[in-house]
Amino acid sequence: MTAPRLELRDLSKRFGSVIVADGLSLTVPPNQALGIVGPNGAGKSTLFAMISGELNPDRGTVLLDGVDVTRHRADVRAAHGIGRTFQIPRPFEGMTVFENVLVYATAAAGLRKAEAYRLAAATLERCGLGDVANRPAGALGLLNRKRLEVARALGSNPQLLLLDEVAGGLTDPEVALLVDLVNGLKAEGLTVVWIEHVVHALLASVDRLACLAGGRLVADGDPDDVLKDPSVRDLYLGHAGVLEEDLQ
Amino acid sequence: MTLLRIDAIDVHHGLLRAITGFSVAVDEGEVVSVIGANGAGKSTLMRAVAGSIPVSSGRVEVNGDDVTRLRAHQRIARGVALVPEGRKLFPSLTLEENLLTGAYRRRPGPWDLDTVYDMFGWMPDRRNQNSRLLSGGEQQAVAIGRALMSNPDILLIDELSLGLAPIVVKQIYASFQQIVVNGCAILFVEQDVSQALAIADEVVCLLEGRTMLAGRPADLDPSDVESAYFGATTGGH
Amino acid sequence: MDVLNALTQGILLGGVFALFASGLSIMFGVMRIVNLAHGDLAVLAAFIAVVALTYTPLPFGALVVVAPIFGLLGYVMQRLLVTPSLEAGPLATLVATFGLSIVIQNALIEGFSADVRSLDAGGLATASISLGGGIDLPLVGVLGLGTAIAVIGGMQIFLSRSRTGRMMRAASDDVDTAALTGANSRHIYAVATAIAFGTLALAGVLFGTRSSFSPTSGTLTLIFAFEAVVIGGLGSLWGTLLGGLSLGLTQSMVAYYDPAAAILAGHLVFLAVLALRPQGLIPARST
Repeated sequence: MTAPRLELRDLSKRFGSVIVADGLSLTVPPNQALGIVGPNGAGKSTLFAMISGELNPDRGTVLLDGVDVTRHRADVRAAHGIGRTFQIPRPFEGMTVFENVLVYATAAAGLRKAEAYRLAAATLERCGLGDVANRPAGALGLLNRKRLEVARALGSNPQLLLLDEVAGGLTDPEVALLVDLVNGLKAEGLTVVWIEHVVHALLASVDRLACLAGGRLVADGDPDDVLKDPSVRDLYLGHAGVLEEDLQ
Repeated sequence: MTLLRIDAIDVHHGLLRAITGFSVAVDEGEVVSVIGANGAGKSTLMRAVAGSIPVSSGRVEVNGDDVTRLRAHQRIARGVALVPEGRKLFPSLTLEENLLTGAYRRRPGPWDLDTVYDMFGWMPDRRNQNSRLLSGGEQQAVAIGRALMSNPDILLIDELSLGLAPIVVKQIYASFQQIVVNGCAILFVEQDVSQALAIADEVVCLLEGRTMLAGRPADLDPSDVESAYFGATTGGH
Repeated sequence: MDVLNALTQGILLGGVFALFASGLSIMFGVMRIVNLAHGDLAVLAAFIAVVALTYTPLPFGALVVVAPIFGLLGYVMQRLLVTPSLEAGPLATLVATFGLSIVIQNALIEGFSADVRSLDAGGLATASISLGGGIDLPLVGVLGLGTAIAVIGGMQIFLSRSRTGRMMRAASDDVDTAALTGANSRHIYAVATAIAFGTLALAGVLFGTRSSFSPTSGTLTLIFAFEAVVIGGLGSLWGTLLGGLSLGLTQSMVAYYDPAAAILAGHLVFLAVLALRPQGLIPARST
C-alpha cells in the first residue's frame, strides 16, 4: 500500500487566544486534488506553514510519504518534494520571466547549468509562460504573475503542491485558465492542496473539499455536498441564493 | 443632489495614459460600482479620485467644490474617504486606534466610535487588540469603519471582496444600506461582476482606462456587459 | 562607598545619554532618518547657552529657553532640508545631515575656537544632594535623570494618547495611507523633528553643565546616542531610557576601576548586545 502523500495527525497550534489547529487530522493520498475553504483567520495559511516546515505545531505529527517530518526543518522537508505558493508573490521584477524560473530551478533543485536550464524551460511550458519568457517579471499582468508564482513553487519539481489563494483578483476567464494549469499538473501526477476563496475555481478542479474553521475540519468530502453542508453555510458561504452564484 | 462629479479626467502613469476621459456622477444615497478586467485602470481611478495620484486633465468635484488640485490629505476635509486596496490598516496600532486615525480630520456627522461599534458588533470586544491579529474580513470592516469616522460624503472602496470569504462579502454589502441611509454615497471597485450587478444602483465598466458601458443593472444586457468587459479580445494577458 | 558613588553617577550619566538618544529614536522611528548631525546640534545648543549666559547673568533656568528655540529650528529645518532630501532617497538624508554636521562643527570652531569649555551654571554646578553614607548626588545629574524620565514619559504619553502622536505612529507605519486619513506628512514629520531638536537641546545644555565640551564633541555624543538606542531596542522609548542607563552605568562603573577604559567598555557592551540580542533590551513590535 502506498503511503499517503501528506498526513496530519492530531495537529494543534495556537497563537495566544487564536486557535489555528485543534487536533487536526487529515490524509491526502497521492495524486488527489484537495480544496480547502474556510473563514479568514481560520488558520489556513498557518496550516501550510506547518506542512512546509516554516512553523512548528504545538502538538501532533506531520508525515510526508509516510515519513515523520515534524521535527525537520523546511529545507530538509523540501527534499520530499513540496512546493508552496505565497499569497503575495514577490518575483524578481527586473529579471525576465525565464531568468526568474531559472533562479528557482537552480536554488530549489540545486541543479547546475544545463539541467537547470532544461528544468526551467520545462516549467515555463507547464505553466503556460512560454509567450512571456523574455519579458521582465515586473511588466506581467495579474494572471501571468500568478502563473509565475506557481512556476516558482514548481521550481524544485515537487510531488506535492500547496496553492495559497492564487485565484484572488482574477477575472472569470483568467480563473478558468488558472484552473486549466492546475488540472494539467494534476494530470501529470502531482498531489495538490489548494486553499481558496474563489469557490468556483475549486469546483472546477478538486476531487475533494474540506472546510477549516476554528482549527478543525467542519466538513470534508465531495465538493457539492460540502457546499450544501449547513455548518459550512453558517460559517463560510452565507445563506440564500449563495449556492447558485458560487456554482456558476 | 450630486455628491461626486467627475468630469472627463485623464490620469497618467508616467508617459502612459491610464485613464482617458472618465466621467461619472454619484448622487446622495447612490451606490455605484466600477467593474473591469485586470489592468483596466480601476485602482488607478480610485486613487485619482482620492487624491493620491494627480489628474492630468479634467475636474473632480465633491459637493460642488472643485477638489482637483487638492492632495489626498486635503480631500478628506472635503468629504472624500478611500478604503484602499488591501485594507492597509496601521500595523502598530490597535483596532480602536486605527478607527481613531480616521477621525483625524473629522467632519460633522453621525459616524463616531459608538456608531461604528453599533454597526460592527464584534468590534468593541477586540478594540484593544493589535490590528495585525485581525482576519482579512475583520480588517476590511475596520478599514471601512476608519473611512467612515471622517464622516465622508463619498466613500470610495477599492477591491472590496479580494481575499475575503463569501459570507464576509455578503455582510459588508449588507452594511451598505446603513451607510447610505445617512446621506453618504458609495463608489466601489468590484472584481466579481455578478455581485456588482446585484448590489449597485449603477455600474460603470472600464476597459484600458475608458468607460465602455454605464447604466442601471436592470437596463443592461448581460452580453453587452460581457463585450464591454473584454473588448475585442478575451481576458488573460 | 565609592563604588556606590560610581553607581549613582552612572545612573545620572545614563539619564543624560537617554535624553540624547530619545531625539535620535524619534527621528528614526517616525521618519526612518538617521540624523548624523544629532550630536553636533546638541553641542551647538550648549554653545548658544554659553553665549546666552554672557548676556543674561540669569541662573540655570534661562538655559532651558534654548529648548523651545531649537524646537522651532527643528520644524523649519525639516521643511527646508530634510523633506527635500527625503524625497531624493534614503541615502540623501544621510549625506545631507552629514554635511550639516561638518558645517556646524566648522562654524563653531570659527566662532568659538577649538577650545574646550563648559557651562557655568553658577552654584548649581557644584550643588549636590547628600544621601548620607558618603554618597553625594550632583544636582545637575539628578536634574538630568529627572528631565530624561519626564521627557521620555511625556513623549510616550504624547505618542499613545494624543491625536497627533497617534498619527505619527501611523505615518511611521505607512505614510501614504496616513495621507488618506488626512495626515499632512510634512507637518507630522516637522513636529517629530521639532520634538527631537527640543530634547537634544536640553540634553546638550545639561551635558555642558557637568562636562566640558568643544566644537568637535558632537561626534562622540552621536555615537553614545546610537549605542543607547540600539542597546535599548529600536522603536521603544522606554528601551532608549534603559539603553542610556546601561551605557551610563557601564562607563561609570568601569571608570571607577580604570578611567581610560570607560568609553571602550561602553562600546564593548554595545557590540555584545548586537551579537547576542540584536533586537535590544525592549524589542518593539516589528512591522
